Amino acid sequence: MNNPSDPSLDTPLDLENWSCPMPLRDQPNIVMGHGGGGRLSSELVEHLFVPAFTGTALSGVLQQLGDAAVLEVPGGRIALSTDSYVVRPRFFPGGNLGDLAVNGTVNDLAVAGARPLALTCGVILEEGLPLDELGRIATTMGDAARAAGVSIVTGDTKVVDGGHGDGIYINTAGVGVVPAGRDLGPHRVSTGDAIIVSGPIGMHGIAVMSVREGLEFGSEIVTDSAPLNGLVESLLESGADVHMMRDPTRGGVAASLNEIANSSGLGMQIVERDIPVPDDVRAACGFLGLDPLYVANEGKLVAFVAAGDVDLALETMRSHEHGSGATVIGTVVSDHPGMVVAKTGIGGTRVVDLPLSEQLPRIC
Amino acid sequence: MCLGVPGKVEDIWETDGTRMAAVDFGGVRKEVCLAYVPDVTVGDYTIVHVGFALTKLDEKSALETLDLMRSVGILDEELNPTFDAR
Amino acid sequence: MPVKYLDEFNDPEAAQGILQDISRIVTKPWALMEVCGGQTHTIIRNGIDQLLPEGVELIHGPGCPVCVTPLETIDRALAIAQQPDVIFCSFGDMIRVPGSTTDLFGVKSNGGDVRIVYSPLDAVRIAQDNPDKQVVFFGIGFETTAPANAMTVKMAQQLGLPNFSLLVSHVLVPPAITAIMESPQRRVQGFLAAGHVCTVMGMGEYEPLVDRYGVPIVVTGFEPLDVLEGIRRTLLQLEEGRAELENAYPRAVQSVGNPAAQAVVREVFQTCDRAWRGIGVIPQSGWRLADEFAEYDAEERFSVTGIVTTESEMCRSGEVLQGLIKPNQCEAFGKECTPRNPLGAPMVSSEGACAAYYQFRRAAQPVA
Repeated sequence: MNNPSDPSLDTPLDLENWSCPMPLRDQPNIVMGHGGGGRLSSELVEHLFVPAFTGTALSGVLQQLGDAAVLEVPGGRIALSTDSYVVRPRFFPGGNLGDLAVNGTVNDLAVAGARPLALTCGVILEEGLPLDELGRIATTMGDAARAAGVSIVTGDTKVVDGGHGDGIYINTAGVGVVPAGRDLGPHRVSTGDAIIVSGPIGMHGIAVMSVREGLEFGSEIVTDSAPLNGLVESLLESGADVHMMRDPTRGGVAASLNEIANSSGLGMQIVERDIPVPDDVRAACGFLGLDPLYVANEGKLVAFVAAGDVDLALETMRSHEHGSGATVIGTVVSDHPGMVVAKTGIGGTRVVDLPLSEQLPRIC
Repeated sequence: MCLGVPGKVEDIWETDGTRMAAVDFGGVRKEVCLAYVPDVTVGDYTIVHVGFALTKLDEKSALETLDLMRSVGILDEELNPTFDAR
Repeated sequence: MPVKYLDEFNDPEAAQGILQDISRIVTKPWALMEVCGGQTHTIIRNGIDQLLPEGVELIHGPGCPVCVTPLETIDRALAIAQQPDVIFCSFGDMIRVPGSTTDLFGVKSNGGDVRIVYSPLDAVRIAQDNPDKQVVFFGIGFETTAPANAMTVKMAQQLGLPNFSLLVSHVLVPPAITAIMESPQRRVQGFLAAGHVCTVMGMGEYEPLVDRYGVPIVVTGFEPLDVLEGIRRTLLQLEEGRAELENAYPRAVQSVGNPAAQAVVREVFQTCDRAWRGIGVIPQSGWRLADEFAEYDAEERFSVTGIVTTESEMCRSGEVLQGLIKPNQCEAFGKECTPRNPLGAPMVSSEGACAAYYQFRRAAQPVA
């Protein structure tokens, strides 16, 4: 059954021309046995995941197929992060669950000041998931890991009965190293710090919503999913005095700012007119009744930078492909501690509070 | 309330005997029911609420209102109540 | 590329101009009510209330159909959504509004098939695609949303969809204004009428109100400049001692409204008494399905009319909504009644007077 000459084993998988390698060809969908730890399981790893992840820097580790990867790490403190990815739909304009699973964890490490090294990949598959979908997602994960310069070093696959899952859930854990001397966090955020976003906001959330059942609309908006470790590295190495960073994913910029206002005990003052929102994102938010400040991003960061280093930080960020739209949106203040206040377009003020949960389209 | 947003009618067709349209809201397109605006044609602006066009937007009135709103400001900037704004 | 007929009405310079004119006009304190939740949203979102001269008070009216949907109707919705083989469709903002014990999200987490749709037509489509399921749409809203909800019943009839039904809880603006004006302690001196309600219904219903109560009513739009202009014109009338019906939103409102929409609404719905959450029953303030369309009435189809829930007796929303008391003067405020467990409409919406007050109270100090 096993056909070693299958070309897909030798060359990196092409998203457009993905075809299931043996033995997956016999069985177009995931069956319970793919998670049973037997031959089907190992064939899935060997013929689907390993080829997809080939070329990520330490893929040799993966091919050992051990239950644990053993890594050499440079000196410094270890940063660890884990996140689970359950987005629906799995495929959306500009990306799929696979991009998010890699970039999300890479970014969580990066904004903590760590250099991401390696990821794990745990997948929970629902019986019946088409293998070509899994193949496309795995390929995307491999591409994203290569782009971010991280390795996917070990993984795990489980299968749940049909009807007991949502096709596929992915968990990635990541490990990175924080070089000596880096100190980032809410304790360093100070009055007068500039609040910088790395580019236009709201794209990921709106891209996903545009294909969500019951809400579909036509647009050119694609996810902004991107690895931010390169941008973070440039920014931190530029010498700019960066006090803290955060990637404003779920809950958007509003949730990140509220969290930091709370943990730093300071106030956040932002200027609505300075917040970069693409016109089409604004238009979509308009008819759905959403506030772009609360919409998810997957390739943006918010940085708190000492007032004197704003120009250096902006210049550095703007010279990086994932920070070209970097701009100052506000300032840290001592007034209204724990609160985020926005200066509105017509010159008023409003409180930008923490959302209770995900923002939903409204009629009212 | 009633979240209603102006958009431009780009295409009109019939589904099951109901007039439907593609309406552009500044780069985002949505399918909209035209059942209540029989006189709306391609190129018109309409106010859309929960997928239904409620009225043809009166472009002349829109510009007049805007002129009025802006003239109120000019009047006051001059601090001269008798100043003829337009 | 700016969005035409939207961005122009957000122009900060023109806003400053209108604000300056308002300052020039106003010589004494006035209390205005914006009836519509959409206008409340614009006011809070843009901080308009803080830009007005001292003494001009905006009382946020009961104009959010989601928030005023009575507890009993939500309990009935929850009972229907829990039934097997039901797909329960709703606008997004209704999903989190709590009934007596849970909300639609809670039902979904217990295995109920609850779906958020953008348009009522999406629910009809779901009914077409799922002939073996009962599809129910939660038809709430003011007059603006009624034509859309009415159309679903017409379509279900025309397409022969026996598996579609509507849970109706429509509310009407003019009876609410009447109720507010009939209150012996009323404070409201002028109204901004809801522009999109008038887009559908026209302005005819408001003339008798202006005459009977001697209050200015200005039909107002939803962008910041529209709201400011509505406020400006209402104040101008008050200062000049006039009480007239004016249209400050002529680009979307014609005095006759939308006759085609009115015809379908009148065919499908009939007027009824309606309870408003935390406020109580306002006579003739709602629409229900007309008898000829009773077969599409979800309350009958799923036999939930036996579910009777009384509104909290502690809740004093009615007084809050009229500006008679501040939210924290209510016994239940912050105790029995919180945004997570709201008793009345103004605590349901994050922009409701009680919820906003609750947020501010939590903050270390109010925003200047």
